[in-house]
Amino acid sequence: MTTTASPPATTRRRRSGDTERGMSRVFRWISTAAAVLLLAVLAAVAVFLVQRGLPALTASGEELQTAGRLPRGMTHLGQLVGPLVFGTLLAAAIALLLATPVAVGIALFISHYAPRRLAAGIGYVVDLLAAIPSVVFGLWGGRTLAPVVADVWVWVAGVLNSIPGLEVRATATGRSLATASVVLAVMILPIITAVSREVFLQTPKLHEEAALALGATRWEVVRTAVLPFGRSGVISAAMLGLGRALGETMAVLMILSPGLLYSFQIFDSGQQQTIAAYIANQFPESSGLAVNVLIATGLALFVITMAVNMLARWIVARRKEFSGAN
Amino acid sequence: MERHVKLSRISRAGSVALVGALALTLAACGSDNPTGDAPENTGAPAAESPAGDISGTFSGAGASSQESAMGAWIAGFQSQNPDVSVSYDAAGSGAGREQFLAGGVSFAGSDAALKDEELQSSTEVCGPDGAIDLPLYISPIAVAFNLPGISSLNLAPETIANIFAGNITSWNDPAIAADNPDVNLPDMAITPVHRSDDSGTTDNFTEYLHATAGDVWTWEPDGVFPVEGGDSAQGTSGVVGIVNDTEGAVTYADASRVGQLGTAAIKVGEEWVPVSPEAAAAAVDASHEVEGRHEHDLAFELDRTTTAAGAYPLVLISYSLACLNYADEAEGNFVKAFLGYIASSEGQQAAASAAGSAPISDDLRSQVEQAIDAITVG
Repeated sequence: MTTTASPPATTRRRRSGDTERGMSRVFRWISTAAAVLLLAVLAAVAVFLVQRGLPALTASGEELQTAGRLPRGMTHLGQLVGPLVFGTLLAAAIALLLATPVAVGIALFISHYAPRRLAAGIGYVVDLLAAIPSVVFGLWGGRTLAPVVADVWVWVAGVLNSIPGLEVRATATGRSLATASVVLAVMILPIITAVSREVFLQTPKLHEEAALALGATRWEVVRTAVLPFGRSGVISAAMLGLGRALGETMAVLMILSPGLLYSFQIFDSGQQQTIAAYIANQFPESSGLAVNVLIATGLALFVITMAVNMLARWIVARRKEFSGAN
Repeated sequence: MERHVKLSRISRAGSVALVGALALTLAACGSDNPTGDAPENTGAPAAESPAGDISGTFSGAGASSQESAMGAWIAGFQSQNPDVSVSYDAAGSGAGREQFLAGGVSFAGSDAALKDEELQSSTEVCGPDGAIDLPLYISPIAVAFNLPGISSLNLAPETIANIFAGNITSWNDPAIAADNPDVNLPDMAITPVHRSDDSGTTDNFTEYLHATAGDVWTWEPDGVFPVEGGDSAQGTSGVVGIVNDTEGAVTYADASRVGQLGTAAIKVGEEWVPVSPEAAAAAVDASHEVEGRHEHDLAFELDRTTTAAGAYPLVLISYSLACLNYADEAEGNFVKAFLGYIASSEGQQAAASAAGSAPISDDLRSQVEQAIDAITVG
């Protein structure tokens, strides 16, 4: 700030080579070290995953079956990773579909509808949701929500079954992907809400006032000024949420009855499984090549999450160009 | 540049100090030493010294089935030997065997006896005679169900196999009704629940079904439940929790952990045997040892089809794995004393009250004691 206020002073300082001294220089190095550390950790994780996953990628089908403890009837890694990736993406996608509309609704309410004091309170409560540990979500989902929601799923399945050509099964325990996705949706709600809210608050006042001046109602202001401005922000918020949903372990582990099928029976048990929960479930009794197999599936998850994050980055970067402010 | 170097040196020193402080804290946590002295691994006197003079910090790892029993054993042993600190990491049988064979832990708990190739590799850390399996934790597996007002059912092995294979889907199925003429069975769907993780309980359960109901249960015994689909959960508490929450659900679980759920009496020969520690111990006595192993290796081939009176062959044996030779004197003395305590009637009673396991018979105990005596030190 001072640089813009008094340019001559800066030039003088720079000439004498004095801009970085004392704490300034120390801080520069601390922050550089932090950035390097981050990259180093990421690289270390990637190297670990590739190095320890490689034996599983190169092992023969026979070895994978005996020492690698692949599930019955599987002869190569793809048969395991395929359904796991499918289950992971399906669970995260359903969670995203459930959470995004609700999150946008909450964010709009906070930014444009609620009285200021109420908005602060609601924002606080939503942030509080993010502070609940996933193991608590898992316990709640598995022991409280699942038995209750089971009746709902059975009813939904019954209704869907009345459509000819559709066969939907539902389990009496409620331990299905649908329940897991609902809990995942609750878990990613805070992050999507928080980012969306910030984006909506950035909407240029001029746009909103212009819409009002044209005789728009509150809803029309939101539709014509706020949502178009915030669209890419909401998308990147959803991607952040998706990243969390993809990697969530504990909640899925405690809620879902796993299976390894390419199945869209989201109300039935024993159909799908996510990568993270599979690793956590199998690791305790694994040794040798079986651990390499698990790490190889972890590598798949790493790649998926990286792809999602890069997608989010790309969208955020694109946003700069049509940022409504100019 | 000078400054940067200094700074990094300071931070390095700081991290060293931090790690050191952490290590101290952890060491303090691991020690139950009332005097507060740091336990010394090398402080053990010569081999002839009686129990009570052993000191040091020792660790084991392995089967989670033994976890609560191991807690009781460690507490009991440490009260007799206040200078010893023992820890047990219930990381699972496979992880326990791996750590044991790598020399990382002094002893291990495992739901399965060492395989032949593992016995072979055990000579690397255990001396020329390798390692031995000692059956010190015997626990019956209950078939537990949630049916309001029904606390016991007679279930033949074929019926159990059909239920878990998904062939019998209703509680008032004729096959169940025929064996339970006095029970008013509800018209309710059966929800079989199995373990989703790789577990010794599943291994023993499927082995029992395969041996006793081979026509129905054609899958080979395995720690991973073989039937595709169906409800499942991680760990004993997980499956018992689901059955508690769901009427009509049925599972198999460690008998001591099923709580208020109804349990099945299984058909052995022509009689119905309800689950109990005594019946489980009887089933182990009716079985024979695996052949072709070291004379002190007590791996059992459980006879699931036994018709011995009062035997309950749906049982899990969890082994304690120990070396026949310990190069480190203190470690060897500790293992001998600790396993001796576990095998003693006092230790077995402690496990029975803490974990509901079946105390081993006197016959088996004398075999185990001989094996422990055969462990050499130094």
